[in-house]
Amino acid sequence: MSDDQKPILTARYGVANATDLEVAEKHGAYRAARKALLSMQPEAIREEVKKASIRGRGGAGFPAGVKWGFLAPKEGERVYLVINGDESEPGTFKDRTIMNKDPHRLIEGILIACYAIGAHACYIYVRGELAHSIKSLDAALAQARAKGYVGEKPFGKPYPIEIYTHTGAGAYICGEETALLNSLEGRRGEPRLKPPFPAIKGAFGQPTIVNNVETIAAVPDVVEMGGESWCNLSRLAPADGGIRLYGISGHVKRPGVYEAPVGITMRELIYDYGGGMLHDDRPLKGVIPGGSSTPVLRPDLKIDAKKADHPLHKWHGMSEIDVPMGVDTYRALGTMLGTCCAIVMDTSVNMVEACRNLMRFYKHESCGQCTPCREGSGWLVDTLTEICEGRGKPEDVHRLVEISNNMMGNTICAFADGTAMPMLGFVQKFREEFVAAVEKGRPLEVRHDDSTIALVRGRAA
Amino acid sequence: MAFALTPERDREVDELLTHYPNKRAALIPVLWICQRQNGWVSPEVIDFVATRLDLSTAIVKGVVTFYTMFFQHPVGSHVIWVCRTLSCDLRGAKAIQEHLEEKLGCHAGGTSKDGKFTLLKAECLAACGQAPMVQIDDDYHENLTLEKLDRILESYRAGA
Ligand SMILES: Cc1cc2nc3c(=O)[nH]c(=O)nc-3n(C[C@H](O)[C@H](O)[C@H](O)COP(=O)(O)O)c2cc1C
Ligand code: SF4
Ligand code: FES
Repeated sequence: MSDDQKPILTARYGVANATDLEVAEKHGAYRAARKALLSMQPEAIREEVKKASIRGRGGAGFPAGVKWGFLAPKEGERVYLVINGDESEPGTFKDRTIMNKDPHRLIEGILIACYAIGAHACYIYVRGELAHSIKSLDAALAQARAKGYVGEKPFGKPYPIEIYTHTGAGAYICGEETALLNSLEGRRGEPRLKPPFPAIKGAFGQPTIVNNVETIAAVPDVVEMGGESWCNLSRLAPADGGIRLYGISGHVKRPGVYEAPVGITMRELIYDYGGGMLHDDRPLKGVIPGGSSTPVLRPDLKIDAKKADHPLHKWHGMSEIDVPMGVDTYRALGTMLGTCCAIVMDTSVNMVEACRNLMRFYKHESCGQCTPCREGSGWLVDTLTEICEGRGKPEDVHRLVEISNNMMGNTICAFADGTAMPMLGFVQKFREEFVAAVEKGRPLEVRHDDSTIALVRGRAA
Repeated sequence: MAFALTPERDREVDELLTHYPNKRAALIPVLWICQRQNGWVSPEVIDFVATRLDLSTAIVKGVVTFYTMFFQHPVGSHVIWVCRTLSCDLRGAKAIQEHLEEKLGCHAGGTSKDGKFTLLKAECLAACGQAPMVQIDDDYHENLTLEKLDRILESYRAGA
């Protein structure tokens, strides 16, 4: 691995029984929370979090410190902190590792965050499928309550904080923050019109901060090290600070979750962390960088940024996978960093099939409130199915683009954009495959060849 | 037949109600408690929950139908969710699904003749790095091979 740094966020992943409070505490848990609550003013903590430049880990990359600054509770209003543990974006499996392996880190982050933003209650919303993560959090919370760390006087400080888990019940859209709030309130998980934004009117009509699990799990280290030092762990400091969890799945030798500084390249993620391509004779064809809603990258495409003031000028002429992985750098690249969990595809994959797999997901998960999203996602699947079944018409490729363009920016929430953008990305980057499929058709499923079957049969491929 | 929670589970509901500023917010967790006892969310469960939380049955029904994990029909003793989203499909999830269909003698969406297993297709279950995978009841089974899958099925057959 290129950065020879001791793990920070994942420091307790390798410790046996780190879910146990005493063990976790021996390995540093709750030190930062004690320091924060007993010796720091809320403004000072907010200042450190701002300096840390933690870009939201839930997908949008909004700076946590700035978001906290949007709170302006009126007299008599009750501020809530809500943790987004919905983790449903295809390809994403990082928050689960925090909740399962080191729940005390999340709880500690919540204590600090609640104190910093003036909240006395926090809900951790976890997708219903993650029964074990919920159990792990509940057990950790029970221990923290028994110790008095959660409750009336955390660490002796007369600042009551209550933390509850709340279980979802299967719906990707509940990861969208306002849908999540509806679900928390016992409603259908349908996104709300914004404004008002949650910071003004969120859970139960009260000012609310919604943050991703990993975002809040970073807070203890920020307090412990100081915002600036934590920020500088990143290769893209100060705009995009710290370290983060990278996920990698698909056709690599060592899929999994890895901690690394912000700003490693996709090449490093795949070939160093991920152990390289699964089959040595099948090179990388495309990689979806940060969950299914982020447009695909193609390694044989070169960056065109000749102008000196282009944000990617430094990487002019290099491959797309050589740009550092950051919120702003990836935006400049025409994609998004998203959840920073990559799906790697080798040359055996047909991109029309891969695309159809994902579009079926979106069709299934659209909440149905907005016509462009509900109908558009269905039309995309229908068109892709026609193409795959060999009934494609030459104009179908253009049709995919047109449907996508009509979905963007016309809906209540970002789901529709998150469907249309990757669709457009696939067509833009792999147009020749769509054109060929229109002419010849494709098998219906993602590549299902002898070598993959050999893998699940348990033989070496 | 009217549905009622066991006294122990009913106390769980009381405890849950202390977590929220209003009763409605407990709706999804209470539905979970009921489904765990009853196996599925029957019309009687809906009536019970509506009364318990002072909601109309229409509201409860509206919520139940929104979420895929609430079963609106009886299911087998074990529910197998096979993930078919991209990361799993890239690692052979289709073969896993076909193997299950063959072993259980039913298609995805159906229940085996002996009533032991219901097989359902799932969307990404946040275990993409351990693909292919299935969820059986509360448990994830990851990095599957067909052989491993057979052993897992056997262990559920031998158990409850
Ligand atoms: C369709 C959709 C799904 C989302 N799913 C998740 C999710 O599963 N987990 C998550 O943390 N954020 C998800 N988000 C982003 C949230 O709306 C929100 O931006 C995030 O929780 C804020 O936390 P952060 O600023 O700490 O990232 C989703 C957004 C959209 C539009
Ligand atoms: S964009 Fe799609 S998911 Fe979002 S509110 Fe509209 S219909 Fe629902
Ligand atoms: S794609 Fe199967 S768990 Fe994510």
